[in-house]
Amino acid sequence: MAETLRYRDDQPVDHPAVTVDAFLDQSNAAAVRIEPGDDARELLPHLGRLSLVEVNFPAFGDGRGYSSARILREAGYEGELRAVGDVLVDQLAYMRRCGFDAFEPDQQLDKDDVQAAFDRWPEVYQDAADDRTPIWTKRHA
Amino acid sequence: MYKYDQYDQAMVDARVEEFRDQARRRLEGKLTEDQFKPLRLMNGLYLQLHAYMLRVAIPYGTLNSLQMHVLADIADKYDRGYGHFTTRQNIQYNWIKLEDAADILADLAKVEMHAIQTSGNCIRNISSDHFAGAAADEIVDPRPYAELLRQWSSFHPEFSYLPRKFKIAVIASDTDRAAMRLHDIGIQIVKNDAGELGAAFYVGGGMGRTPMVAPCINGFVPLDRLVTYAEACLRVYNRHGRRDNKYKARIKILVHEMGAEEYTRQVEAEYAHLLEEGVEPPFAELERIRTYFEDPLFEAGAPEEVDRSDPDFAVWVDRNTVAHKEAGYVSAVISLKPVGGIPGDATAEQMRLMADLAKDYSFDELRVMHTQNIVLPHVRKADLHALWTALDEAGLGSPNLDTVEDIIACPGLDYCSLANARSIPIAQRISERFAANGKTGTLGELKLKISGCINACGHHHAGHIGILGVDRKGVENYQLLLGGSEAEDVSLAKITGPGFDENGIVDAVETVTNVYESERQDGERFLDTYRRIGMNPFKEALYG
Repeated sequence: MAETLRYRDDQPVDHPAVTVDAFLDQSNAAAVRIEPGDDARELLPHLGRLSLVEVNFPAFGDGRGYSSARILREAGYEGELRAVGDVLVDQLAYMRRCGFDAFEPDQQLDKDDVQAAFDRWPEVYQDAADDRTPIWTKRHA
Repeated sequence: MYKYDQYDQAMVDARVEEFRDQARRRLEGKLTEDQFKPLRLMNGLYLQLHAYMLRVAIPYGTLNSLQMHVLADIADKYDRGYGHFTTRQNIQYNWIKLEDAADILADLAKVEMHAIQTSGNCIRNISSDHFAGAAADEIVDPRPYAELLRQWSSFHPEFSYLPRKFKIAVIASDTDRAAMRLHDIGIQIVKNDAGELGAAFYVGGGMGRTPMVAPCINGFVPLDRLVTYAEACLRVYNRHGRRDNKYKARIKILVHEMGAEEYTRQVEAEYAHLLEEGVEPPFAELERIRTYFEDPLFEAGAPEEVDRSDPDFAVWVDRNTVAHKEAGYVSAVISLKPVGGIPGDATAEQMRLMADLAKDYSFDELRVMHTQNIVLPHVRKADLHALWTALDEAGLGSPNLDTVEDIIACPGLDYCSLANARSIPIAQRISERFAANGKTGTLGELKLKISGCINACGHHHAGHIGILGVDRKGVENYQLLLGGSEAEDVSLAKITGPGFDENGIVDAVETVTNVYESERQDGERFLDTYRRIGMNPFKEALYG
């Protein structure tokens, strides 16, 4: 099992995430896992009791999880948002921009490569779920 | 023309370093080929039949002479002395070595060019009207909107792993020179009754295996909400586009299966949400970009007369120049369709000549047409003879714009690993046939498009005459289609019947033009006659 990269100061949730269906059916779980076909908006009424949302990437080329992440952040979710599964170095920077603040890759990532990935982009063009100021805002500041 | 500031430059430079690092990790074995493939594709690098192919972006088809010189230098230094201009207004090189790719990207970055997102399941190079800023019929130059969308779509964090590739075209005229409604998103800049500019969004068009004409889903999006609306269109697609079958993954299938009405409803809901989020750039950014596309300093009262005493020159003027909004000027089309040549190819020497002529005669600006020709957008009529003389000496003076010789052809089985049949030799034989029988001129406007497989890169669905190469039991076979159009009178071509072999398809094209010649009424183009008389007379002539 590869190490989880976490960019938060709070304590991680200590129990496993449940499926979206299970979460909506019961539950007192504070952790839920979104699969690519799940609708992240179903969680929006319950964000207050969630501390961890895992977004699964069974294959890195399936980009639905990027939208799920942004939708949760746009709705004000402030808990941990963790990308799990086929999470690779070259997707990290975009995932971060979409609001992910933890990464649990199937394969261990090289620490230097991870740092290089986060340091890669000196600027950003668009608004996203992070707090970076887009180029077009800087141009007209 | 748009100029990079320090931000644009920093982003392109960062991209070069990112790719250099990715190539290193691939060589070190940290990336598998499966992991590396989408990364190299998003930098325009394909593995073809014989070598890597590099596709360089030419945003909205506009470039200056320095950039064209660098494209020529790359052809000489890293390829075999030529390049191929494509139907997305880009250029591609067919004989690239993987180990050179990062250096080529660095050479491009020095002149504000790149290969970002010219492939892969992401938002591709934004295309536009090749006569933008020059056309007499446009309501405004569409390129500032294309540039805004270029920036928005570059390195988009949410939309870089879409179900499939995504192509956007922007026009600003009722005359469609960019196949706008055959794009994933086609945008037409329009004016409402109050005289305000806005954007009409057509979503879900495309060619490929399942050709579709995009429906209009919103007739007027205010310009200060353009990016927000595009973001909403993309988010609905990213979330709901099919990922179970790559042949059903384009947005056209989603819009078709969901229904345009339901897709529109979801987009409008997402749009309302994103308006509250505030993802739109400041309107001042659009105004900043617009200043780069102001008119060049046209000469007032430039002479209208053209000395037509040289008959070859007069034919070229009639066929290859197009009305300009400014008196005394035209847009001049440099045909990359010499008889018997490879459509869209240019040698490094020809690129340098075109660059120098653009500097001398067209305010340092060139355009790539999606029909694989080059435009000098702003030429004084008084300079046309000197321009034509220089072009003609270099083999670039073919007077065949929009004729049967002006063929779009995909690279086909000569280069492409997806192809079932060759396209280029068919184009060569057809242009030779019509040059020999002397009918090119009398047939008038006749758009002929050839694809070497059902992916339709050669736009055969949109040809007045289309040809589709297929594999029939190991033998190349060519189907004939009639009646397509990519223009404002958009329509999808229909297949005539059984296919033909390599010689038979050339004869078949001649046969259908014979039907047209005997049936046409005054002023009718081939397409008009086809639409009036229908398929049957053509079928009878072909299959008896």
